[in-house]
Amino acid sequence: MPTSWRDAFDLGDREIPVGPEPEGREGVFSRLRQGLSRSRKALGAELGSSLTAGIDDGTWESLEEALILADVGAPTTAAVVRRLEDEYEAGDVTGGERLRERLIELLAETASPSADPRIRLGADPAVLMVVGVNGTGKTTTIGKIAWHLQQELGLDVVVGAADTYRAAAVEQLTEWAERAGCQIVRGTEGGDPGAVAFDAVEAARARGSDVVICDTAGRLHTKGNLMEELSKVRRVIAKQLPDAPHETLVVIDATTGQNGVRQAQEFSRSVAVTGAVLTKLDGSAKGGVALAIASELGIPVKLIGIGESLEDLRPFDSEQFARALLAE
Amino acid sequence: MFDQLSERLQGVLSEVRSRGKLSEDDVKKALREVRLALLEADVNFKVVKDFTASLRERLEGEEVSEALNPGQTVVRAVNDELTELMGGGSRDLAFAPNSPTVILMAGLQGSGKTTAAAKLAKLLRKDNKDVALAACDLQRPAAVEQLQKLGEQAKAHVYTVPGESDAVNVAKWALDQAKAEGRDVLIVDTAGRLHVDQDLMDELAAVRKATKPMDVLLVLDAMTGQDAVNVAESFAEVAEFDGVVITKLDGDARGGAALSVRAVTGKPIMYASTGEKLDELERFHPDRMAGRILGMGDVMSLIEKSQEEFDADQAADLEQKLRKQQFTLDDFLTQLKQVRRMGPLGSIMKMIPGMGKAMQGMGEVDEREIDRIEAIVLSMTPHERAHPDQINGSRRKRIAAGSGTNVQAVNRLVKQFGQMRKMMKQLSEGKMPSPEQLMRGAR
Repeated sequence: MPTSWRDAFDLGDREIPVGPEPEGREGVFSRLRQGLSRSRKALGAELGSSLTAGIDDGTWESLEEALILADVGAPTTAAVVRRLEDEYEAGDVTGGERLRERLIELLAETASPSADPRIRLGADPAVLMVVGVNGTGKTTTIGKIAWHLQQELGLDVVVGAADTYRAAAVEQLTEWAERAGCQIVRGTEGGDPGAVAFDAVEAARARGSDVVICDTAGRLHTKGNLMEELSKVRRVIAKQLPDAPHETLVVIDATTGQNGVRQAQEFSRSVAVTGAVLTKLDGSAKGGVALAIASELGIPVKLIGIGESLEDLRPFDSEQFARALLAE
Repeated sequence: MFDQLSERLQGVLSEVRSRGKLSEDDVKKALREVRLALLEADVNFKVVKDFTASLRERLEGEEVSEALNPGQTVVRAVNDELTELMGGGSRDLAFAPNSPTVILMAGLQGSGKTTAAAKLAKLLRKDNKDVALAACDLQRPAAVEQLQKLGEQAKAHVYTVPGESDAVNVAKWALDQAKAEGRDVLIVDTAGRLHVDQDLMDELAAVRKATKPMDVLLVLDAMTGQDAVNVAESFAEVAEFDGVVITKLDGDARGGAALSVRAVTGKPIMYASTGEKLDELERFHPDRMAGRILGMGDVMSLIEKSQEEFDADQAADLEQKLRKQQFTLDDFLTQLKQVRRMGPLGSIMKMIPGMGKAMQGMGEVDEREIDRIEAIVLSMTPHERAHPDQINGSRRKRIAAGSGTNVQAVNRLVKQFGQMRKMMKQLSEGKMPSPEQLMRGAR
């Protein structure tokens, strides 16, 4: 599991200068737990005592309740709990602490279905496209990724402001580009997003940049014409660079409920999503929908957002995440 | 992914009809389906528990109504309870005796506060109110610019204080300006904040104290999951909001969060945002929301739409004809034209319960096909339209030539019309055809 930014990316043959790691594993976990404290208190204690006391039907029920309350959703919850129950009945796991650890393992497995969850940035330049519904935090996420790549890993980054729809979206990304010290390619408000994406990739190739990150306008996954526009942006990028985009990330707000699965599914259908970014985990929402997305669609979570500062965008660690879902 | 609740209920309750009453086991099965549907719709787990408990009382001993099948009986009971739960205590915006009336917008990041503020401004502008917006979101980069642009589109003045970093100061200054300039309404946009962020929640309380709003609106994303309850409780405590604006209802989220918030805070949902354009904000309809949460289609919107478009006299006339089996191709043409005035057929079909699913995989309704049908009917003589059974081979050839189609197309229409008449007969006798039957008729 990647716990540092260096480990979160597959950078191909690039030489990365070794620098100090800004925040260790402990730090992230405690912040994640801190963020999750409110609802955790409500159900964590109950769940803990029920798992360590005698195992009966009530145990499985309270387990289901905890997962449903974390937005894991009914089908995935049922699947995980049934598997745990089966293993318990078969005598593979005993009660108490062992059961709890096994549950965390199962949840972590569910959250991370692929063998290599790294973000592939080996190509030259590598193109990263970011999509999602309105208000999930796409532009902020891009700003933070750009900062980490440019400042921490010393890569040369170009961001493409292809959100030409929302008022002042370009200004927002421009501010982020200034903070990150990276290049920005902008279009005009109301202009063609495909043209901006094309220009961004072209600029990166001309400059010999390492990574292009392409922002897109937030859109509801039910709007057929807007989803078609998104596929077009993807096609335009592929025209510039045959294998691009190398990664397409869908940004999901952790407060989202079961609709998140539909979002990921529809975005995947139109732009072949390769991973999810789970944002706003610093509230009391636990982001369990990420488990449903991973289990039902096989889309792994690659990054999480646990706060507003730059360091608060982190590589995803499925075990930490599973622990935080159930932590006391 | 979501089965229609009514279909699922009909599945588990299929044998009840003969007994006429729901047994304990039936109620248990039905409650399980209702529980799952509500959870899939993101209604909070605890709210679902309470809801199903009170539903159980109502369902036990519920007579299966003769007009409806057992599944529909349960759905009706659920729908009634949900509507009541969501509809009670609704209120309008309150206006201050002395202008300006201050409206404070609050919510999480990305819920759509800035857009909702501008939409509300536009809505109030329609009532000839002089509306101004105060740009107090100083956190998100370019939020002020966004509000300025949207304010311009909504024709509302936007108060900003460049360089100021304290939202309370901006709010105070905007209020003074609004007073001095005699604005009717001042809408205060605030930064999105997490309900667990103490500093920002304190700031919100301070803005509230400084502006003394008549209405505090919580902006809530329709896609919010189980956490909606925690969010609403915290905002209720700090900002004492009076009502909720639910956003992004134009997606396919069931919006169970609306129910959760209503249940735990008792505050009504006042507005619903249904699109990206500035005029897509409307008053909230609890009955429609109940149907949406249950996946029952938006029957009310459909009825309202048809009421807007249909002529009452014509409708009464049509009913007579249906009863007397005198429905002709001329009437059919009139109906077709009226339905088309309501909008594209595809979107109308989707509002019909059960139809959403029946239409999956069918693709969009081909409007040109409807054009051809119109052309065929228009190529008939009045006599032929009244007596389609008398259209013989040579008449068919003439009609085909006249309408630029072929004989097969004419045949198809005449046959379909025959089926439709049959269906109309059933309808007028009180038997509702299944969606599948309706679809066959429509094709």
